[in-house]
Amino acid sequence: MADRAQPLNLAVWAGGLAAGVILALTLGTITAVLTRAEGAFALAAGDLAAIRFTVTQAVLSAVLSCALAVPVARALARRRFVGRAVLVTLMGAPFILPVIVAVLGLVMVFGRAGWVSTALGTLGLPPMNIYGLHGVVLAHVFFNLPLATRLILQGWLAIPAERFRLAATLDMAPRDIARQLEWPMLRATLPGAFMVIFLICTTSFAVALALGGGPRATTVELAIYQAFRFDFDLSRAAFLALIQLAISAVAALLALWVAVPQATGGGLDRTVERWDAARLGLRVLDGASIMLAGLFLLLPLLAIALRGLPEIATLPAGVWAAAWRSVWVAGLSVLVTLALALSMTLAITRLGAAQWGFATPTPPASICPKKKPEREGFPTWPVAIRRRCAVARGIEAVGYLAMAASPLVIGTGLFLIVFPFADPVTLALPVTALVNGVMALPFALRALVPAAQEVEARFGPLADSLGLTGWHRLRRLTLPRLRRPLGFAAALAGALSMGDLGVIALFADPEAGTLPLLLYRLMGSYRMDQAAGVALVLLALSLAVFWVLDRGGRVDADH
Amino acid sequence: MLTIEGVVIEQGDFRLTADLSVPSGGQVAVMGPSGAGKSTLLAVLAGFVAPQAGRILWNGTDMAPLRPGQRPITMIFQDNNLFPHLSVFDNVALGLRPSGRLGGAEAAQVRSALARVGLAGFEARKPATLSGGQQSRAALARMLVQDRPLVVLDEPFAALGPALRGEMVDLVAGLCRDRGATLLMVTHDPGDALRLGGDLCVVAEGQVSPPMPARALLADPPETLKSYLG
Repeated sequence: MADRAQPLNLAVWAGGLAAGVILALTLGTITAVLTRAEGAFALAAGDLAAIRFTVTQAVLSAVLSCALAVPVARALARRRFVGRAVLVTLMGAPFILPVIVAVLGLVMVFGRAGWVSTALGTLGLPPMNIYGLHGVVLAHVFFNLPLATRLILQGWLAIPAERFRLAATLDMAPRDIARQLEWPMLRATLPGAFMVIFLICTTSFAVALALGGGPRATTVELAIYQAFRFDFDLSRAAFLALIQLAISAVAALLALWVAVPQATGGGLDRTVERWDAARLGLRVLDGASIMLAGLFLLLPLLAIALRGLPEIATLPAGVWAAAWRSVWVAGLSVLVTLALALSMTLAITRLGAAQWGFATPTPPASICPKKKPEREGFPTWPVAIRRRCAVARGIEAVGYLAMAASPLVIGTGLFLIVFPFADPVTLALPVTALVNGVMALPFALRALVPAAQEVEARFGPLADSLGLTGWHRLRRLTLPRLRRPLGFAAALAGALSMGDLGVIALFADPEAGTLPLLLYRLMGSYRMDQAAGVALVLLALSLAVFWVLDRGGRVDADH
Repeated sequence: MLTIEGVVIEQGDFRLTADLSVPSGGQVAVMGPSGAGKSTLLAVLAGFVAPQAGRILWNGTDMAPLRPGQRPITMIFQDNNLFPHLSVFDNVALGLRPSGRLGGAEAAQVRSALARVGLAGFEARKPATLSGGQQSRAALARMLVQDRPLVVLDEPFAALGPALRGEMVDLVAGLCRDRGATLLMVTHDPGDALRLGGDLCVVAEGQVSPPMPARALLADPPETLKSYLG
């Protein structure tokens, strides 16, 4: 009775194949690098410094992002004002903002010749220096303060309104409410937010490339790039790659251990009603928090817009050629992400589907237990079912492996594999598209798997009883129902690939690179006006790619 | 004739046994307390769950090797009977062909089924724009084009008000009678069972009782049914 329909098996095979491709790309490429490596592995003094810097900057970035996010989230939680919804939405935007664009904006505001330094100069103070540790941390806080704010805001809004009402009837002062309601929530929320940001910052490459460097401010990822690009020292690159993998793995395990919160994105349009917060002092404090956070996030973009707009008309033709290359690289990445994510999602869903002839008390989204309490009776289930769940979990875990893998290592490995057969430079763009597509996979899976399991739980029995299987089921049921998450996954993959400055920096021909690479080179030669123009084009293209693809999933979608 | 022969369903602590038969064209209500296994019994009939022991036969043929879509059964669920992204016409057409590509007279067949349940002119509408009763009617139209000899309903009209539910029970009973289809319907309401006018199966205490005339059974209910009816 189980294993009834052939097409089910086809989906499972396709998902397994996709998982195999990812394993080959992540672990296989490390092997490729290792086999080419010669000489003994030993940590040079610089490598130790790189490890120390990677951890230090990640800890600092995470601590600062979380600490600064608390007053901002608190203000957003208890104040209603015009533009609040826009601000909360904007807090989600840095995720798709090209890193190099943000870095340029930060340089224009906080750099040696930036707005802040100019202001300091009029007061007779020395200008700021944005390069080095504090520059890297500043950029990471720019990207992660909004993320931390959203996560903590979620925590605030998750406190039941009745508790605040109870506090009001007891005439509690803000201090009492903080102690009774808000501290417990923060104690539960902050470790997770810290770990997410720490994990993100340990794999930082583009920020370190643009603002770090030198013996005192090199991350492991940047060291891999330098070992490969400048010294062509493969054994060192491979060894550093293993170190990076270890750091990411430890960070990922820690993140699993503290139960990372999920930024759901929805439901943040509410505010908490507070009867204690009407005091003038608190209102000024909240207003200032929101204002400062808003300025910190918007000024860099404003700087780019002001300086870049006049440049757009006079940008050289090379820019538009690079823009075109960026667009098709992004398009290719979208296809890679969707193909991998969809086949893995279908396999995971199929393997966990209740229609394997084994019924659970209530039909859940997936019969494979996720949480501990659900696992109680699990060991007594039939072996075949438990094995299916293990395979499903395995496929999903492989999908998330891309989180811990270094795109630079994958790029280096592919370079070595391709090297004997073709000129890697000519394959730079397709390889970039492939790696970027794999990097977006965890986010795509997170959007698609729960949605597909929902479709299966709601409509699986009806489809089964109608004999809707295989291709027809995919075309008439699954794909139409998954339009929104598919659009969202495509939008993320496209925007992330569009703004990526990673693999492309490894071995692209500088004259035929993508927009982010061109922008990085313009910044390197201090052509800031032109850089601002290019940054504006890149920013507009990234947002446009995101908007078009995400919108494509929403228009006319019936729910 | 539907024959349920020594069927045993076990899931952890849960255990249900059934041994009964329903003659062709019979109309049987299935009642019993929540959690007694009514829906599980239907899931076994439809092929979603395999029984641990026993056989289920339709006109003497064992259904075990058949997938849900291959069984001579039309199933109507409590909810989610229509795909929200497909029009009413396409939803009904799925009963004829999973591909949705209809040939020759089949489109006319879909239209006449819709007209038969009172939904003429609703072809292009999406399910979300229909009322609860109209959605039930659309599912019944699909049942008509599927034209399978056994119709199984799992509390199909639970979301409708009493008057509308009575109307729908009459409609589905009439449609089945017209084509000689056998009908099995899980319900919570003794009124539905009386309205159906056929037999009644009681699912309680791990057993499915053989069908007995509903009117007589409800007039003088056995202990298991009495405690359920209250």
